[in-house]
Amino acid sequence: MRKLFAAAAALALGLAAGAAQAADKVKIGFVYVGPIGDHGWSYQHDHGRLAIEKAFGDKVETSYVENVSEGPDAERVIEKLARSGNDLIFTTSFGFMNPTLKVAKRYPKVKFEHATGYKRSKNVSTYAARFYEGRYVIGQIAAKMSKTKTVGYIASFPIPEVVRGINAFLLGAQSIDPDMKIKVIWVNSWFDPGKEADAAKALIDQGADIITQHTDSPAALQVAEERGVFAFGQASDMIKFGPKSQLTAIVDDWSEYYVNRVQALLDGKWESTDTWGGFAEKMVVMAPYTNIPADVADMAKKTAAAIESGELHPFKGPIFKQDGSQAIKEGEILDAGTLLGMNWYVKGVDDKLPQ
Amino acid sequence: MQIELQKRALPSSLMTWLSPALAITLTVLTGALMFGMLGFNPAQALYVYFIAPLLDSWSLQELVVKAAPLVLIGVGLSICYRSNNWNIGAEGQFTMGAILGSILPVVFYQWESPLTFPLMVALGALGGALFGAIPALLKNKFGANEILTSLMLTYVALLTLDYLVRGPWKNPEGFNFPESRLFSDAALAPSLIADSRMHIGALFAVIAVIAIFILFSRTLKGFEIRVLGATPRAGNFAGFSKERMILFAFMTSGALAGIAGIIEVAGPIGQLTPTISPGYGFTAIIVAFLGRLNPIGILFAGLLLALSYLGGEAAQIELGISEKTSKAFQGILLFYILACDTLIHYHVKFVSSKKKEAV
Amino acid sequence: MEILEAILITIVTASTPLLLAALGELVVERSGVLNLGVEGMMIMGAVCAFAVSLTTGNPYLGLVAGMLGGVVMSILFGFLTLTLVSNQVATGLALTLLGLGLSGMVGEGFVGTPGVKLAPLPIPGLVELPVIGRALFGQDPLFYLSVVLTIGTTWFLFKSRAGLIVRAVGENHGSAHALGYSVIKVRYLAVMFGGLCAGLAGAYLSLVYTSLWIENMTAGRGWIALALVVFASWLPKRLIIGAYLFGTVSILQFHAQGAGIGIPSQLLSALPYLATILALVFISRNRAVARANTPACLGLAFVPDR
Repeated sequence: MRKLFAAAAALALGLAAGAAQAADKVKIGFVYVGPIGDHGWSYQHDHGRLAIEKAFGDKVETSYVENVSEGPDAERVIEKLARSGNDLIFTTSFGFMNPTLKVAKRYPKVKFEHATGYKRSKNVSTYAARFYEGRYVIGQIAAKMSKTKTVGYIASFPIPEVVRGINAFLLGAQSIDPDMKIKVIWVNSWFDPGKEADAAKALIDQGADIITQHTDSPAALQVAEERGVFAFGQASDMIKFGPKSQLTAIVDDWSEYYVNRVQALLDGKWESTDTWGGFAEKMVVMAPYTNIPADVADMAKKTAAAIESGELHPFKGPIFKQDGSQAIKEGEILDAGTLLGMNWYVKGVDDKLPQ
Repeated sequence: MQIELQKRALPSSLMTWLSPALAITLTVLTGALMFGMLGFNPAQALYVYFIAPLLDSWSLQELVVKAAPLVLIGVGLSICYRSNNWNIGAEGQFTMGAILGSILPVVFYQWESPLTFPLMVALGALGGALFGAIPALLKNKFGANEILTSLMLTYVALLTLDYLVRGPWKNPEGFNFPESRLFSDAALAPSLIADSRMHIGALFAVIAVIAIFILFSRTLKGFEIRVLGATPRAGNFAGFSKERMILFAFMTSGALAGIAGIIEVAGPIGQLTPTISPGYGFTAIIVAFLGRLNPIGILFAGLLLALSYLGGEAAQIELGISEKTSKAFQGILLFYILACDTLIHYHVKFVSSKKKEAV
Repeated sequence: MEILEAILITIVTASTPLLLAALGELVVERSGVLNLGVEGMMIMGAVCAFAVSLTTGNPYLGLVAGMLGGVVMSILFGFLTLTLVSNQVATGLALTLLGLGLSGMVGEGFVGTPGVKLAPLPIPGLVELPVIGRALFGQDPLFYLSVVLTIGTTWFLFKSRAGLIVRAVGENHGSAHALGYSVIKVRYLAVMFGGLCAGLAGAYLSLVYTSLWIENMTAGRGWIALALVVFASWLPKRLIIGAYLFGTVSILQFHAQGAGIGIPSQLLSALPYLATILALVFISRNRAVARANTPACLGLAFVPDR
């Protein structure tokens, strides 16, 4: 058996050495938490990777590892990428935060970009998207389109990102109609089309006539299409799945950010930064407005433009918490720390947050 | 074509060694074909997959890190399976061990002492054992089948962990993200080599292998396990208690899974997070049977499976072979090993006029 | 009343794939074979059904493809465990790995494409019944099939001669062989039936439940199906209770959340599992039923001596 191994090794070594090592190319690695076939979070990050390949062609070489569990495996995979000569490594899920920092400490020359975390170091940048800007816009649309004044919200896990989205949505809705209500169902999964469909059905049966979601698959949109209610796409434009029901979608677009960071690396100007991009940075993009009257679409466009220019901030006071206490006074804006760690609902959410 | 098997009088010692070699050869051939068809250089792919991870010390250490929990859980499960107890809830016992053991570094985080880590391991073992005792007691008291109870309890354990790290146990400085506070140094698993990820879990795994090996081969308890597993009625006549054995098997394997859990948390992860296992508890079932329920075999099986994971990752990074392909390839590799095991106990004959075909 | 009807419809959808997959595994286990690869066969069924229905535009062809996908996987399992007597538990788990990997490869090009939905087939007249009408008689063909299959399987196992042979093989393969029955052949057929049902369950996911393809979309349903077989003490009629209990609790916990009852969602999500355990403990009190129905040769290899 050992001989066999040795023979195979010798053969392969020769071949591996023979394969021309591409020199001078900048190598960029990606770690995805789901399969790229999830049609959601990881899928969109992979689009960003492809955008890098398109923009830089021969100058770069990208590789990725998909379906990496956020447990003991993460650190090994990230380190393997660093050891394989990658110059820039994107780790695209919150659970990769501490492993990324640990590996970054051991490989000071390699640059790291961690998505959605809050810890940085000299060679670790963080980036995230202000999806709540898009949620505010769709909240307004929902208020215009809803007849029952009840929106069904399918949520994945109670993390600040998701809570922030629910709040922004409701604040947007209430800015049009103060009576708007949200029903929330947590499916405790990013990734179970069946459960997402069940949750959508339950919400519609309970009187919601608009469905929105913070889970990955288009299953809920399909249910909305069948039941004849409206819905919003998530992560990518899902119009194919709901041609008659999708009003718009909040699209995660990492392309521009990824291309910029690679460009900075190529120019020798890469440094550790903290980016929280929204409409202005084109990280959050609204899909075309469909199935809605022109005046509603105009309103949505205006709101988005106002948020983009900074004229409007979704979390500008006065904002009241679910228990009636005031979260922020008139005219002030919630600070970044509160936004980042948001764990309370605004008034009008029909759900309790696990504390 | 018909394949006929004939039982050997004695397991073939030649085949014991030859069958893995045959399995590897067949895997290499299939792999070459598969990778070739997908447009990769077959030799290079196989090299990256199976050989390269064995050539540098970093990969070897990572191999050990990955294999340790699999072996630890696997040897525990071998007690269950040998005594005919279908524990498929090791993932849950692993999780409960991690939860109970983490009480010290998460709730009593100010208490740092040399005793912290040993106590965490003890609590981890306790957590796993107690959680393992539930299906055992349900089986003894109510005759509730353990396949269902142990599997369903796994989901309960995972959701409990999820609740804790998103609720009461979340890091107060963590902006409400789902993670516990980082463990203090006293609560971290000691490394076997300075600055290495290779932690003391590997040592635990080896000790467990030796201990269970002795249990099976040298002790009355081991004899009892075999007798009750093979012929429960004979065990009854010998005065062995089936109920006590059920409890013993589940609690021992639960304890080992619990230790694996707390060490994973205190070692490679360093905090409690919603996901602490990439399915170790399920993979360990394969490891247990791949190792023929023999502790030494389980050690090798754990290492082999760990290699296939590392190889799969390397193949993604170096060559762009997709994770799906790696997974399918892993399945094929396991098939060959399992099928070739047959040669140890049986003569295989091809009875047909048609042309022969390799197994 | 309207909401009750709506809930019933949803429960039926959530329970049917579990029932279908479990029904197949039940027959497999009755013949003495333990196939833990249900999840792997199911996901192959889902991807084959999706791919074929999308390319041909005909969901019924998709159904056939889904069944074939499951059967091919099960034949592989049969070849390894029956012909080559490899260990059933490990082979089943490896089959799941293979299925997850292969389905991902096959489905790569289909991500992000809406599929073809298998349309409901309302039964005229009966569908008008209040409350239960649409839930029981306004469903898709696969639901009716699941009911027919359950009744058929009960009849087959306990009233037909062939079913008696299957049970005999699972109970005591040595005696069955001595009586002249081909243990291996019977088990092959049972395993293939298991693959067919798992394939159907997978097809249900990608054609009825949601008409889309996403990797790992079975999300552990194969495992639940396995547990349900045990829950049912290997009796098909009890399988209906198990599958619908699990489905009902799953759906009701969503409704509880939507109504805003303020219990941690993790606890609610754990309810279907806890309910199943409790129900099992309750029905297991009568140990005679379980003992009488557990196939004695479950998981044991058989090699005919010549």
